[in-house]
Amino acid sequence: MPIRNPSSTPGAIAFTTPFSIHLLLWWRLLLTATLALTMILAPGSSKATSGLNVAVAANFVAPALEISETFEAKTGIAVTISSGSTGKFYAQIRHGAPFDVFLAADSESITKLIDQGWAVPSDHFTYAVGQLVLWSPDPARLRDQETAVAVLKEGRFDRLAMANPLVAPYGAAAQDVLAHLNLATAWPDKRIQGQSIGQAYQFVASGNADLGFVALSQIIQSNDSNQPVRGSTWLPPQSWYRPLTQDAARLTKSMNPEQARAFLLFLRSPDAKAIMARYGYQP
Amino acid sequence: MNLDNTTLSSLLDHSATDAIALTLRLATVTTIALLVIAIPLAWWLSQTRSRWRAPVSALVTLPLVLPPTVLGFYLLVLMGPSGVIGQVTDAIGLGLLSFTFTGLVIGSIIFSLPFAVQPIQHAFESIGPRPLEVAMTLRARPLDAFLTVSLPMAKPGILVATILSFAHTVGEFGVVLMIGGNIAGQTRVVSTEIYTYVESMQYTQAHWLAAIMVVFSFAVLLWLALLKRQARGVLS
Repeated sequence: MPIRNPSSTPGAIAFTTPFSIHLLLWWRLLLTATLALTMILAPGSSKATSGLNVAVAANFVAPALEISETFEAKTGIAVTISSGSTGKFYAQIRHGAPFDVFLAADSESITKLIDQGWAVPSDHFTYAVGQLVLWSPDPARLRDQETAVAVLKEGRFDRLAMANPLVAPYGAAAQDVLAHLNLATAWPDKRIQGQSIGQAYQFVASGNADLGFVALSQIIQSNDSNQPVRGSTWLPPQSWYRPLTQDAARLTKSMNPEQARAFLLFLRSPDAKAIMARYGYQP
Repeated sequence: MNLDNTTLSSLLDHSATDAIALTLRLATVTTIALLVIAIPLAWWLSQTRSRWRAPVSALVTLPLVLPPTVLGFYLLVLMGPSGVIGQVTDAIGLGLLSFTFTGLVIGSIIFSLPFAVQPIQHAFESIGPRPLEVAMTLRARPLDAFLTVSLPMAKPGILVATILSFAHTVGEFGVVLMIGGNIAGQTRVVSTEIYTYVESMQYTQAHWLAAIMVVFSFAVLLWLALLKRQARGVLS
């Protein structure tokens, strides 16, 4: 591969301001990075076609990793998990992202993908139902339903974290619970919205919010320290919010339809259900 | 806000126009604060022979190369109840600054600092020692010389710094996402609003708002290019 020395670029001297120097530095960095990337990616690019690429909604990544490990051990089919928000994956899949399977955080996005011909209707099902939880790092804060409801109704908190209801199913569920308590528009200045349920969790975990609606799976799953999450929690009755049904589907553009079907079949097996139950999902 | 709301409201909903107004407010406040900080800082950097010059210079440039997520994450931690900034603001009765407009201003100042300091510093450096020496021989006090000689001569650099600070703050995303919390009228700016539209699959709204950003950014850069050409014309 011919490597051109970027420092010999003619005309570089013509720029004199520090900003042009920075642009030049960035340009060099870009050139070097492009060269490096070409060298790294070129021989390995054929590898990407074997194995499965699975897009997983952020809240389900931990169980998905465990499930895919078990699946790999049983079948020898390699699985690569990509984590992100359902809305982002929806946009990417609509524009031809190379995933075989999509595990969404809702059912609407899968239904839409099926309507538009991006997902296969016969390989579509609900793989898990999530649970919403109100969490406070203070162990004495949420003793039972009565105290939890009182804390919310009387606004006895500095900041209440939740996911943005427009983008995250757990945010919409949290909004349902607040609406059920006639608090749909209460405390607008004390409500902190994350763009994902992961961010809502982070706001409470970092101490920036003293109360937050998060996913039960986040409280249960081992975090950094492998310790149970500190504090107190309240599980709102599931009749208070829309079901957090999470749907999966095989994508039309998948190059490995047989392996994708095998993975989806495994997702419905007792082995996979047991892993999900441990993370606080209902089958 | 001077936008014509009747025509805009047919294209953008209330939330989007609010976000535009807040973004302009944030960029204005940040730019003014940045000029107050950057002019003395750039002056010091251009004149000093102190051994602190190199580390301070590197520190000022750091936000240029750090990913905004790093800045945002550290700001979130620092402004939180166990962080240094959080403990100070809490002790003096301001409460926590994360998820507030003030918090966003602080984040934006740090984020855009190199864009304000570097053009001004360069302008001061390119003046050279001669005009100041002349002013001194005319018995001007140092502050006098600075205000009547250096500052006017650095005007083009200060103008560039103003435009860049403003535009860069308008385009800020990662830091706001980390310390914002998406509160209408406080921290919901245009860039995060576009993100919400895309994530919630409202692509038409996303398109309109994104198109406004592209037109705005292009206009700013075009202005900057014309200014530079003008300045070069004056010098040659």
